[in-house]
Amino acid sequence: MNAPRALVVAAPGTNRDRDVAFALEQAGATTEVVRLGRLAAEPHLLRGASMLVVAGGFSHADAFGAGRMFALGLTSALGDELAEFVGTGRPVLGICNGFQTLVRAGLLPGALGHNQSGSFQCEWVTLDPTPSRCIWTDGLEPIDCPIAHGEGRYVHQDPAALAAAGQVALRYRENPNGSVADIAGVCDPSGVVLGLMPHPENHVVVRQHPLWSRGTHRGLALGVFERGVRHARGC
Amino acid sequence: MAVGARLTVWSIGPDPRGAELVADARTLGFDWVDDIRPADLFFLDGDLDERGRAELESLLVDPMLQHGTWEHHRAGRGEDRGAHRAATVHVVETSLLPGVTDTVADVLQHAALTLGVDLRRAATGRRFEVVTHDDVAGDEVQRLATRLLANEIVERAAVGLIDPPFAHQHSYDGTGLVEVVPVRGADDAGLSALNQARGLALDPAELRVIADHFASIGRDPTDVELEMLAQTWSEHCAHKSFRADVELPDGSVATPLLARLREATDHIAAPFVRSAFVGNAGIVSFVPDVTVAVKAETHNHPSAIEPFGGANTGVGGVIRDVLGAAHLPCAVTDVLCFGPTDLPSERLPPGVIHPRMVREGVVAGIADYGNKIGLPTVAGAVLFDAGYTANPLVFAGCVGLARAGDAAPVLDGPHPGDLVVVLGGRTGRDGLRGATFSSATMDATTGDVAGASVQIGDPITEKLLIDLLREAAGSYTAITDCGAGGLSSAVGEMAESTGAIVELGAVPLKYAGLAPWEIWLSEAQERMVVAVDPDQLAALGAHADRCGVEVSVIGRFTGDRRLIVRAGDQVVADLDTQFLHEGRPRRRLAAVPPAPHRNGAVPVVDDPAAALLALLAHPNIGSKESVIRRYDHEIGGATVVRPVVGIERDAPADGVVLAEPGATTGLAIGIGVNPWYGTVDPERMARAVVDEALRNVVAVGADPDKVVLMDNFSWGDPRRPTTFGALVAAVDGCVASSLEHSAPFVSGKDSLNNEYLGSDGERHSVPPTLVIHAIAHIPDADRVVTPDLKAAGNSLVLIGVTDAEFGGSHLGMVLGGFDDPLDGTAPAIDPRAPARFRRLHRLLVSGAVAACHDVSEGGLAVALAEMAIGGRLGLRVDHVPHGDPTVAWFAESTGRFVCEVPADRAARFVREFTDAGDHAVVVGMVTEHPVLDFGAWSVPLDAAVGAFTGGPRR
Repeated sequence: MNAPRALVVAAPGTNRDRDVAFALEQAGATTEVVRLGRLAAEPHLLRGASMLVVAGGFSHADAFGAGRMFALGLTSALGDELAEFVGTGRPVLGICNGFQTLVRAGLLPGALGHNQSGSFQCEWVTLDPTPSRCIWTDGLEPIDCPIAHGEGRYVHQDPAALAAAGQVALRYRENPNGSVADIAGVCDPSGVVLGLMPHPENHVVVRQHPLWSRGTHRGLALGVFERGVRHARGC
Repeated sequence: MAVGARLTVWSIGPDPRGAELVADARTLGFDWVDDIRPADLFFLDGDLDERGRAELESLLVDPMLQHGTWEHHRAGRGEDRGAHRAATVHVVETSLLPGVTDTVADVLQHAALTLGVDLRRAATGRRFEVVTHDDVAGDEVQRLATRLLANEIVERAAVGLIDPPFAHQHSYDGTGLVEVVPVRGADDAGLSALNQARGLALDPAELRVIADHFASIGRDPTDVELEMLAQTWSEHCAHKSFRADVELPDGSVATPLLARLREATDHIAAPFVRSAFVGNAGIVSFVPDVTVAVKAETHNHPSAIEPFGGANTGVGGVIRDVLGAAHLPCAVTDVLCFGPTDLPSERLPPGVIHPRMVREGVVAGIADYGNKIGLPTVAGAVLFDAGYTANPLVFAGCVGLARAGDAAPVLDGPHPGDLVVVLGGRTGRDGLRGATFSSATMDATTGDVAGASVQIGDPITEKLLIDLLREAAGSYTAITDCGAGGLSSAVGEMAESTGAIVELGAVPLKYAGLAPWEIWLSEAQERMVVAVDPDQLAALGAHADRCGVEVSVIGRFTGDRRLIVRAGDQVVADLDTQFLHEGRPRRRLAAVPPAPHRNGAVPVVDDPAAALLALLAHPNIGSKESVIRRYDHEIGGATVVRPVVGIERDAPADGVVLAEPGATTGLAIGIGVNPWYGTVDPERMARAVVDEALRNVVAVGADPDKVVLMDNFSWGDPRRPTTFGALVAAVDGCVASSLEHSAPFVSGKDSLNNEYLGSDGERHSVPPTLVIHAIAHIPDADRVVTPDLKAAGNSLVLIGVTDAEFGGSHLGMVLGGFDDPLDGTAPAIDPRAPARFRRLHRLLVSGAVAACHDVSEGGLAVALAEMAIGGRLGLRVDHVPHGDPTVAWFAESTGRFVCEVPADRAARFVREFTDAGDHAVVVGMVTEHPVLDFGAWSVPLDAAVGAFTGGPRR
């Protein structure tokens, strides 16, 4: 079977593009990192892709709020194309700054505020998949991966309704940042768009786990990308 | 008169930044503060109709998190409605000073363009509503504003509404202002007055050489030339003390310090060293086709007056050093030295920022740059000592990689005819005279006069530079970074063997009105200079376009060894590059060697359990988790051994290990630093910290035969013979240890004159501080070892010899010290250490060791406790490895490790060392029982954890 083609989209200040490209390749995709400017100028790139990932980082230095400028660029350059991409059921993933961007671009519900601690936090968390419509986490075992963010507190007016709609995909086992209802990741109503604050792309080989030197091999997060790739193959 | 609008953006829920500010206010003694509510201000100048406002508001205000209020802003101090809502709310507003880069405003302008909104100018600020239950005098609020809410070096603060920050911009126009400075015929007093007035920080002999040089060519220098000479000849750039002839008390003259370090490296002749002490960084190669660039820098003076900006640009600068060595940065390190954060406000010297605020600002500055540019901040240390109160130290390091084919294979330029090209950020009035500033003594007014020395960082612009250099390797023939001295230093160094002509009018500016010397000397950040063959310019330009990096051709390299700088049709500098780089008279510095006591004094310990808990709780030993968590140490996915390890990830690692996810080999980074030994015995200090850095990399599995070192000295004024003598002794130690371990130094940097002239008229120097980085080869990234205990029943083996060595020890510190602070002896070197490190390495890679930890500050008891904390396991000691228990538990003898090995293999493991004439002994075992049982005394594990972490986590 052909490897699905994944586009990793980057803005000035995106910095985990190479990490997520590696994870996608481990999961069986071919990847290309594309700057938003080029994607806007060459929309056929998006049309020819079978999955889209908005990578993490500090796009535009998080000026006046994380993801806001990236989202403005994304919607003003590609608004309709993006809606069509999602409409055809092709998977979209936003990690960290990518999640913030997709929320601001209106593809995902809620908002992301400053961490309760008031500062940037880098630490490992365990994420429990919850029953949802999300194709990226369907049947996934709990995963371990790091968070690395200052604005990762998920806010939603009615988290119970969101869960009932099958849009809560991942919850923190121990809430690191004050997110409502421990929510770490949410999906769109169709289940093909996932956004999450933690970084599954930094736990796709066992050696990356901080307790690996203690003989602990648990919670590999490669499964997230494998599910996305599998779904993209079917599109 | 309305000149536009202002939008105030509030958090709907409690703003977490407020709680931190309140805590800081209390520490600074502002007990009347009950609450501080911060908000963001946007000053928007333009024809904003309703749609324009709505578009901007939807961008700046997320309705689920924030709400915004619009007002007209006015010129002049306005009435503030907010201030009258309650008598107990005081309003303080801040904004950046004119000329300070406002990145957020720049992005906002760009957004307005995308949205089709007519926004002529934008600026940002902060508003703080300070809530109090007391009547507070206005000047108390003003004091709060300047001590906590604004840093007057880069910001201004107003009680009440602040004026929009547009009005005063570009008030001073220096375009075309070139001054000829008369030096010919000036006597020594005249030259000294000139030196003082212009802040040149030159020696009398250097001033004389300059005056004579210009006399010989029959004219006086321009200010551009004089400033350029001062920068190039500064301690910061020329390392004139490290290149000075060393005059010993018997009148003999010894080799300069830098030459001695180089000679040691040449003598070792390690095959993996590609470049040492040349260019921007040291370069080594441990595996075929991959080279590693390493560099560490200090940014002490800027961090003292503006902690955030100073540390921020310190990280940016060292990353550019690695870029300037044509390598792609992959990790950042930091070593920070602060005054005591609980220092009572009244004991703070005048003009000095409180250590707590310094720490806050420095940590935030490092986190901001490293996290935003996308490099893991991996290794480091945080030290506290009263000697750093007025002179905090910030060491930042960077490691970069290049693969064959990645970077330009050969950078053999610049060639005559190549273009001088500036990449990256624009030039402004920021950071003027940084090199001379950092070479001068600080006093109470330093913060006021040196404001322009502070640089402002923009990590995203530097990230784009990395993107560009990743793509555009091969389109330039030489590269260097713009650091201290700016273009003057970068172009000056590149043109040393060729000469160059530069047109200042072609340098892109942040704003108009800069005098020629300001453009030439500005230390505006995020700029690189490359030499480009004219045929390659278009290719470079295309790459730069894609990456969003500005490219400007500002001149060309010639072949006549003259450096000519023009501003339009005016020649503002015309210097012989030979004179510029080699005209400086060599310094001769007198050295009075230190006379360390080196006696066997042992502190008296009444209660060893209490002493251990006090050591674990000491800020120098206690967990650094709260700092490390602020840094992204995961990005890149290559951090295999992190700076914090163990079940709860709160125990210290020895070294860190980086190995790309697919790679079999890796790199270890270890750090050694101990200023307390430096105070009692500089030579032994140097040897001990080299030993510590090496122990740290060996303990995680690195090969002690493939390791290189970097030295960073932060010292007092070398013109004082005792201070210089201590420096000479430390270099003696470095050279001896380097040779003994065949561990070559490949890069180093010294920051001298870290002194503060107190109001008492005394000069206060930092303790002698030497930071050693060890960078080593990890042969098998799947076989790394961490210090956290792994399993009950395993044996604990102490390797190495313990002696009564308590000079500068942490036990001495927590017990209040000896009557004579110079008593005791700093730990000596064990001559068996090199063979021991090799033997231990073989055992580590064979998989025989479950955990390994080096023994350092606090001695064996602290090392064992840290291992137990890491594994959340207990231990029982049944052999006291010295006749005097205080020595056994708390001495800081070098060369030692504790290894956890399976019980049935412990005897064989010990014999590996003893059969070779070395010392190793089983001291105890790992237990389930959560107690650290030292036989005659014990400490519950949770008490140890509590002391070490400062209480239960979260």
